Amino acid sequence: MKILICISSVPDTTTKIKPTGDGKAIDLANVQWIINPWDELALTRVLELKEQPNSKIEKITVLTVGGRNAEPTIRKALAIGADDAIRVDTEPGDNYFTAFQIAQALKNYDSDIIICGIESSDYNGSSTGSMIAEMMDLPSVSSVSKLEIESDTVKMNREISGGFEVIEMPTPMVAIVQKGIAIEPRIPSMRGIMMARSKPLQVVESADVKPLTVFCSYTLPSPKAACKMVDAENMEELVNLLHNEAKII
Amino acid sequence: MNKVIIFAENFEGVFKKATFEAVSYGSRIVEQMGGGEVIAISLGEVADEELKSLGAYGATRVISLHNEAFNSLDAKIYAKTIADNVKKENAGLIIFTDSNASKAVAPRVAVRLHAGMVFGAYGLPSNLSPFTIPKKVFYGKAFTEVVIQSEVKVISLSQNSFGVVENKKDIVVENIDHTVDTDQIKTKILSVEKSTGKILLTDAEIVVSGGRGMKGPDKWKPLEDLAETLGAGLACTRPVSDEGWRPHTEHVGQTGKIIAPNLYFAFGISGAIQHLAGVSSSKVIVAVNTDKDAPIFSAADYGVVGDAATVLIGLNDALKKFKSEN
Ligand SMILES: Cc1cc2nc3c(=O)[nH]c(=O)nc-3n(C[C@H](O)[C@H](O)[C@H](O)COP(=O)(O)OP(=O)(O)OC[C@H]3O[C@@H](n4cnc5c(N)ncnc54)[C@H](O)[C@@H]3O)c2cc1C
Ligand SMILES: Nc1ncnc2c1ncn2[C@@H]1O[C@H](COP(=O)(O)O)[C@@H](O)[C@H]1O
Repeated sequence: MKILICISSVPDTTTKIKPTGDGKAIDLANVQWIINPWDELALTRVLELKEQPNSKIEKITVLTVGGRNAEPTIRKALAIGADDAIRVDTEPGDNYFTAFQIAQALKNYDSDIIICGIESSDYNGSSTGSMIAEMMDLPSVSSVSKLEIESDTVKMNREISGGFEVIEMPTPMVAIVQKGIAIEPRIPSMRGIMMARSKPLQVVESADVKPLTVFCSYTLPSPKAACKMVDAENMEELVNLLHNEAKII
Repeated sequence: MNKVIIFAENFEGVFKKATFEAVSYGSRIVEQMGGGEVIAISLGEVADEELKSLGAYGATRVISLHNEAFNSLDAKIYAKTIADNVKKENAGLIIFTDSNASKAVAPRVAVRLHAGMVFGAYGLPSNLSPFTIPKKVFYGKAFTEVVIQSEVKVISLSQNSFGVVENKKDIVVENIDHTVDTDQIKTKILSVEKSTGKILLTDAEIVVSGGRGMKGPDKWKPLEDLAETLGAGLACTRPVSDEGWRPHTEHVGQTGKIIAPNLYFAFGISGAIQHLAGVSSSKVIVAVNTDKDAPIFSAADYGVVGDAATVLIGLNDALKKFKSEN
């Protein structure tokens, strides 16, 4: 079985976000780039599965749509344990553009399971995985919080309102994963880092397609009014404020 | 004519507030456009009475498609059904909520219609031509304006960003037995686990949350009491769920659930950036912390410096008194 994990590179979660002077972009100078947390957890889960006795997984490939500057992120995924990598050589555009690039690159690449994260922590698009599935005419399951591989099916938990469903789906398929898929992301070992240098990284040309949306301006949320302090001994005052001022209870 | 279609997701035959909000939102956009039709599409078994309730928020037609296959979600079948109906109606805008099902279905619908999509629209379009939608990025650390350039547009509405607005209209229900190519269904549901009785975190109007400052799993009773009094959902920080003090389903934040209640209580929570990513869309935040310099206070509207356990006793008493008087 071949598993393909789509990884996006995103600014470290503690990054201070500020628009550029003209407000047309986010200032990403001096940003530390990381693997989108869900993608890192997906990779962790697939490695756990690959290490199980009698595992059916032959190969784990990571794929990213990004310029050369995305390569450190790819190398990190290889150091954590992916076997090889594909980079589609173009800056990511909107979700439609990015999904199209991925679907195109995977056309002649028979993956049994394609995995995406539920959302990337930068532009919060929440749509790449489902778009890829539709473009490749594959079935998909979203909100996956647990994943097991059986002979030629994938068994998953899908989060629903107030609980979860246990789902089985034949391969090839797309799984879109979220919280629960793995607990702690794996950290690359020294040996992993050394080995990553010689693992194959294939660069493929981008497809000719236009984005359908444009992110045109950025602003910061207006700062919150100062927090109103209430004396710890006087909770009646807090209730009063929530009732009469905030009008919320 | 301008036609706007709302995907009216049901939960065991019932609509949630988010669906009413999406219908309210859609009918306001139609007004902005200078008139048109607001059509809801419902998949699966929903009683006529319930379908008609969408008329209170501005829908004038509801297309209710019936097939056993719709009782469980197969993303591909749902997307095909919705997209086919959008084409049939020749509608230009399709609105989803931001539920799990929307994440599974809306992007597929967008691809089928070659439509640009914005997931998590935050309020009304700032412009209709070009169609420009505000959206939060970086988990609310910034706002952006997104222009959708395609002819057909798909958006999902960020919960509580518009509100439920009554706008009563006469509504026509069209019940249709829909044919589904069952060979195409690949989602096989083996079992369903539901925790009943509890208020679902992402639906809750009020959420009561605890962090490490609560001091231990045995200290949660007063928080549960507060939630009970307020009819609130329960949440916690990541270390609290990692250490097994509380179930993982209660973990909110960037790597947990993202919530936007009207009121969020943070007890013994420092206010780390990853935590705030999941709760900063709350309308009002109340923070209780022993450390007056805790970062949570800069995100909060009301603050109390003090011991969580002690403050909880006072607050529970004050609320019970308030309830008995109101
Ligand atoms: C990639 C990544 C993702 C993360 N995702 C999340 C996430 O999704 N959600 C999340 O919550 N965290 C997340 N974290 C962790 C986050 O950085 C913080 O460590 C965490 O939120 C802190 O939890 P806490 O506030 O409960 O604990 P602490 O930071 O230990 O804060 C406890 C607070 O309680 C106060 N306190 C102590 N005693 C009392 C008392 N008696 N009464 C009242 N107050 C008291 C203290 O002053 C302190 O402010 C993530 C971290 C990383 C690196
Ligand atoms: N540039 C990219 N390259 C590869 N995969 C991506 C890229 N952007 C997004 N993805 C995948 O899509 C998921 C969801 O991203 P999004 O739809 O942008 O919120 C991520 O977790 C990745 O798995």
